[in-house]
Amino acid sequence: MTTIFGYPLVVWMGQLLLGLINGSFYAMLSLGLAVIFGLLRVINFAHGAMYMLGAFVALLMATYLGLNYWVALFVAPLVVALGGAIVERTMLSRLYKLDHLYGLLFTFGLALLIEGTFRYLFGASGQPYPVPAALSGGVNLGFMFLPIYRGWVIIASLIACLAVWLLIEKTKLGSYLRASTENPVLVQSFGVNVPLLLTLTYALGAGLAGLAGVLAAPIYQVSPLMGTNIIIIVFAVVVVGGMGSILGAIITGYMLGIAEGLTKVIYPEASNIVIFVIMAIVLILRPAGLFGKDA
Amino acid sequence: MNKLIMTTALVAAGAAPAFAQVSDDVVKIGILNDQSGVYADFGGLSSYEAALMAVEDFGGTVLDMPVEVITADHQNKADIASNIARQWYDTEQVDSIMELTTSSVALAVQALSNEAGKVTITTGAATTELTGAQCAPNSFHWAYDTHALAVGTGGALVEQGGDSWFFLTADYAFGYSLEEQTSAFVTSQGGTVAGSVRHPLTNPDFSSFLLQAQASGAKVIGLANAGLDTQNAIKQAAEFGITQGGQQLAALLFTLSEVHGLGLEAAQGLSLTESFYWNRDEASAEFGNRFFERTGVMPNMVHAGTYSAVLSYLKAIEAAGTDEASAVSAKLKELPVDDVFAQGGTVGANGRLIKDVYLMQVKAPGESDIAWDYYNVLQTIPGAEAYLDPAESGCPLVQG
Repeated sequence: MTTIFGYPLVVWMGQLLLGLINGSFYAMLSLGLAVIFGLLRVINFAHGAMYMLGAFVALLMATYLGLNYWVALFVAPLVVALGGAIVERTMLSRLYKLDHLYGLLFTFGLALLIEGTFRYLFGASGQPYPVPAALSGGVNLGFMFLPIYRGWVIIASLIACLAVWLLIEKTKLGSYLRASTENPVLVQSFGVNVPLLLTLTYALGAGLAGLAGVLAAPIYQVSPLMGTNIIIIVFAVVVVGGMGSILGAIITGYMLGIAEGLTKVIYPEASNIVIFVIMAIVLILRPAGLFGKDA
Repeated sequence: MNKLIMTTALVAAGAAPAFAQVSDDVVKIGILNDQSGVYADFGGLSSYEAALMAVEDFGGTVLDMPVEVITADHQNKADIASNIARQWYDTEQVDSIMELTTSSVALAVQALSNEAGKVTITTGAATTELTGAQCAPNSFHWAYDTHALAVGTGGALVEQGGDSWFFLTADYAFGYSLEEQTSAFVTSQGGTVAGSVRHPLTNPDFSSFLLQAQASGAKVIGLANAGLDTQNAIKQAAEFGITQGGQQLAALLFTLSEVHGLGLEAAQGLSLTESFYWNRDEASAEFGNRFFERTGVMPNMVHAGTYSAVLSYLKAIEAAGTDEASAVSAKLKELPVDDVFAQGGTVGANGRLIKDVYLMQVKAPGESDIAWDYYNVLQTIPGAEAYLDPAESGCPLVQG
């Protein structure tokens, strides 16, 4: 049997695939963060809470309305996006003129509020969300047993990331968005409603987090703490990819997911810090991030 | 001169009532545990309710002095817990701290309390160190410990033919101690340990570790972790077809609260050890229902254990005629423990409550007819088997 570093090839392939699955969540979440930072210059600490909200909306829809996963997959991100839009319009937009730190503090406080409320209502243990019947079970790939649902997560996240990238890079709306990042005053003078664009952007980032939450619900325990556990890693992904770089966030998300997966084979104890080690190295060698433009 | 002596005697009598020797005219109990983190359901504010219930059931007063219960969140951090404990002792006239979920916190507060001459009764933490090498004269360990969990779940599964084990272990003191004691017990029963992997605390994704466990071919996968980590590991094990593949999961620390959070669909068939089950007999069901009315959840062994700890503490104060720590501790070790939690329980010289523990199996969704009816009690393990003999616990108080 072929071995690399003393581990059979099949083990590596299994971990690569698992890394890709975790990377899917990192990519979707960091993409939302990168979009928000790129256009609003807000470091959105509430991103983890929005991810958690997406999962909880799906859970509550199933429990109280009897709506299934597929409905939740479309409705929950919309609900979270709407919540995001309201927050941006009524509160966050007032902070743009101030230092970045205020946006960070505001979103951090918001995250604590949301998580605290959910912990009070649902307890720390959370609730399980079943895997949809159509995607339950798994296939034996020879080197590992792949649950069908996890395969679906990779596909769904690739589609979502690609769609957002195309939206921003290839459409007229996207070009407005990019232009308003460069020079909002000029864009506004051409008759484009910049505040509306910013609201839409924040809603888009929130919606992506919500979508990641729905995708995560059948895999992880739906718990008020689920966002806190993942948000720090996602920030590291954004930093490694380059703040505000959309493609960078996507690629780095998958890459770091894989790096983490492989660490779990070689030295599991380090699996939760490997991403931060990579972040430190990248910051030393390329302070603007792998895909960031040097300021 | 005679006048002076008389005055002194009068002053002394006025300062301390002749019969009830209760400091500050109040017996104050502090419930210190995690109320916002991963163990908030495992103990949390429900433990505080359990303590209040015990005080009410005792009658609200002891030696004609009122009994008060206060509570705080230690956030699973030993430094925060120590600060609260100091403040409680120095300015709030707290006489005893109980519950103390999380082993690191319990060890820190236990040491500090003994310096301050106060009683602690731990119900939420697992480590046997509390009544082992780090035992203390005024400290007690009430609900369960890692040894009981190892003997209960480990022993039962080896007996059923689960003789090769692979561990998924939380990467901190509690995980090591649980893995070590279970390994030792499994090996002593003729089993083997195929390997183990250590995962970070609050790790959301267990798939890599589960695949390694799957590849090991071990018959039993021992989960030496707690709370959300165990829940996620079990949920994902089902996803990766591990139980269907013939490997069995052993959740070494899993209580009714976590089973409720996970749901019977995912938890069914799981073997676990608890020292209390609300639906075991009439008395426990009566207690369970009363508890449910107040908290909205059924009690697990930490909640019932806290109830018993408070009740026993008050009984000991009454018997000792004072709330002075060493007199109360002596009574706690002397009196039998008979309540809804423990029947015929005894307290060892190392402070360990020795009572029966139960091996449970989680019911399938179809078997459970009433809400929160989650367990079949498979086996009662006598206290003397479940807990270390105080003489062998490594506690200096016993050997001396």
